[in-house]
This record gives sequence, structure tokens and C-alpha cells, in this order.
Amino acid sequence: MNTKHIMKEYDYLKPSGLDEALQILSEKEKVKIYAGGTDLIVKLKMETVPDMDYMMDINGIEELKQVEYTDEGVRIGANRKLWDIETDQRMTSLFPALTDAVKAMAAISVRNLASIGGNFCNASPVADAVGPVMCYGGTLEIASARGVRKVPAKDFFLAPGVTVLEKDEMLTGIFIPTPKGDVGHAFTKMARTKSDIAKLSLCVALARDGGRIGHIAMSMGAVAARPLFLEEISAGLAGKEMSESLAMETGEAVSGFLQPIDDNRTTAVYRKDVTKTMVADALALAWARSGGA
Amino acid sequence: MSEKVKIRLKVNGEDVTYEVDAHMSLMRALREHYVWDVKCGCEVGECGTCTVLLDGQAVKSCLTLAAACDGHEVWTNKGLGYRDPLTARLQEAFVECGSVQCGFCTPGMIVAGAAYLKHGGKADRAAIKNIISGNLCRCTGYVKIVDAIYLVAKEIEEGRLTA
Repeated sequence: MNTKHIMKEYDYLKPSGLDEALQILSEKEKVKIYAGGTDLIVKLKMETVPDMDYMMDINGIEELKQVEYTDEGVRIGANRKLWDIETDQRMTSLFPALTDAVKAMAAISVRNLASIGGNFCNASPVADAVGPVMCYGGTLEIASARGVRKVPAKDFFLAPGVTVLEKDEMLTGIFIPTPKGDVGHAFTKMARTKSDIAKLSLCVALARDGGRIGHIAMSMGAVAARPLFLEEISAGLAGKEMSESLAMETGEAVSGFLQPIDDNRTTAVYRKDVTKTMVADALALAWARSGGA
Repeated sequence: MSEKVKIRLKVNGEDVTYEVDAHMSLMRALREHYVWDVKCGCEVGECGTCTVLLDGQAVKSCLTLAAACDGHEVWTNKGLGYRDPLTARLQEAFVECGSVQCGFCTPGMIVAGAAYLKHGGKADRAAIKNIISGNLCRCTGYVKIVDAIYLVAKEIEEGRLTA
């Protein structure tokens, strides 16, 4: 029959505060966190969730849904819904690459449910919202009953579906520092249709220093076993004079560096080939947005 | 393990109490309680025919856990059609524009369209295509569905209907 029931048996827990949630995580084994459910429920129906005795619904915890702006940057609660992020004018003006990435994800009826923290914790190498947070130099706030620790977004991922989160820990917030100076950002994505999962995604965030590139960060999705932060190639660009040929060379360099795979969305050859143009275009776009000639 | 969870919610304006399994989706819970205008399509968030309004926002009810909806408000295509003049007009517009062929996607399409119009959506074809991007239709080619939502959006803009 063409129906998908969740066959797994588990207990449903709904803590009303963060302390209670952290207590549950420290006391119980095999707890899965339910925020938006748009990944977890699908995985449960497809029976690809390995071990789970408890489902902990964190939607009763208000502080995880809040967003807070300060002079230093923004702190986004891990369970803030994607729709609330993309419709936030202040977010769009400060971090346009992030809101562009969020708008490029799934459909509105999914983004009304899905949380930004879920996009991180699901740890897909294709996760769209991750690239911009890495490029803006974001930090993740991870809490457990033992305390709170901070991890740079670029160091959060280990392998597909695997993060640095310990079994008693949960992601509580994402901090992104306010970009300073003449900044330009770009997020681009290749997919079959607009709301599809990316074949390739790319984020560039740069600060212009006259005719030269000041600071720059680039990241790519769907090209490695985890969201890829192009640290060395980005560092090599700092201080260089921006030109069309530099953009093209960088595209070649990134493409040469990648070791993508064939999968059901596209091929390695396609990924390497298209990366060249994507990088060159995104660099030029970010440069133009920073006010560069 | 896996006890029943008791949830209180408002479905189409009516207070109800459901006893559901912890692993039941909102879509299944609604259908088990005879809310049959919420269709069961792909069940994995691809097709959008199960779209309902949860606290005024369009969501895919197959991806929402029923247990998590305790204390929330749900509106479906049928309920909206009876109680909400805007949705009633949108349903008529679907008929006028020939937007219904086999009809399976229609409940989801109407809820997605109604959510758009209620949130101040404009008569803008690109924006309308965007909001129904989570709803699959295999008959109409979408053009007539966009036509119907556009028509009602236009009526609101011209002041002939209030959102």
C-alpha cells in the first residue's frame, strides 16, 4: 500500500524549559530532538533513523525561538523557523547571503516548520543555510547539563549526519558577527528546480579594501562529505587586486581542489566543471555588491 | 513504550480532543477523525496535498507530529471554505478558471493560496508560483491554478474583496 507509517516505537517528551531538556538529554539514552520535523519525520518514515527510544519536542521552549541583535552581531535561537529568518528585514540587510540561502530551501510550507538549527544538526553536506553562517564567521552555542561551549560553525561537521555534538548536548543558538567595512556577499545554488536540494551551492562573503580584496571567505555545499569551508584558497586571495582574470583563476583553483562524487543528483564531472563558472560569477557578484568597480 | 498522547486542538474552529500515537502525523490524526479533505499523498513532504493552516501558517501536515500540535489551531480547505469568505471565493475561482482536473492536489493548493492571500500576497505571478512550489499538480500544468490565485489577488487589490 502506498502509505508511510512510522514503524518505530518511542516515547514523546515535551520539556517546557531548556534546563529540563538538558536534564532529559543527560539522563536518558537514545533521545532524538524534534524541532521542525521536516528531516526527522521523513527519516523515520523511510526507516533511516538508527536508534531512538525518545523523541524530545523542543517547540515548548520559547528561548530557542528568539532572535537578538546587538552591536556585535545577531544571536539566532536554534529553533527559529526558516520563515521567520527570511522575512526578517534586519537579517536581510545584515546577512543577505543567509536569507538568500534560506529562501532557496524547499517550499514555504516546509520553511514554516523547519528550524535553522535543524539544518545544522541534520549535518547534510548539502545544507544550504550552513555555508553563509560559516562565511560570516558564525559560532555555534552548544549546551548540556555540564555547561555551554562555543564551536566555530566551520568546525561543527565531521561526516554526513555526524557533528561534534555529544549525546547529552544540543545546539541552542547561532551567533553571527556583524560584517564591517565595504562588504559584499553572494549565495548561489544549482538545482533541478527552485525548491530542490542543491547539486552545488556556493557562498562568498568578502570585505573590499579599495581595489583589493580585504578579507574573504568561501564555502561550498554538495562537493564533499561535509559542508566545505574553503579556508586556504580564501586566505590566498586576501590582499590581491580584484580582476576578471583573478575570478576565473579562483574558479579553476577551487574546481581543481574539489574531489566530489557521483550521486543521484548529479555527477562529479558536472560538479567540477560548473564550479569554475559558479565561483567566478559569485566572486564578481560579491565584489560588485561591495561597491567595487 | 509509546503510550497514547492526548492533545487538545482547534480544528476548523471547533475544540476537539484527540488521542494519538506518539508517532502519528497530524495528517493521519486528522484523517482518523474524519477530516478527509486533508489528502494523503506522498507522506514525505514532497507533494503538498496535505497542506493545512497551523496557527495561520501553511504547513505540510504529513511532516508535523500530531502530538506536537497540542494547544494549536488547525484549518483545512473544507473548514476554511465554510467559515472564511476569502477561501470560499478562492474555491469558486478554482472552478471558474478550470484549475481542478483530477482534484487531488486541490485542497493543498487552496490552503497554500489562501495563506498567501491572507498574508497580504499581491497579484504577482512569480510570487504565486513561488508559494505553490511545495505543491505538485500532475494535470493542469499549474497555469490555471496560478490564474485562479491571481484572479482573487486582483479582486482584493481592487477592493472587491477583503483579505
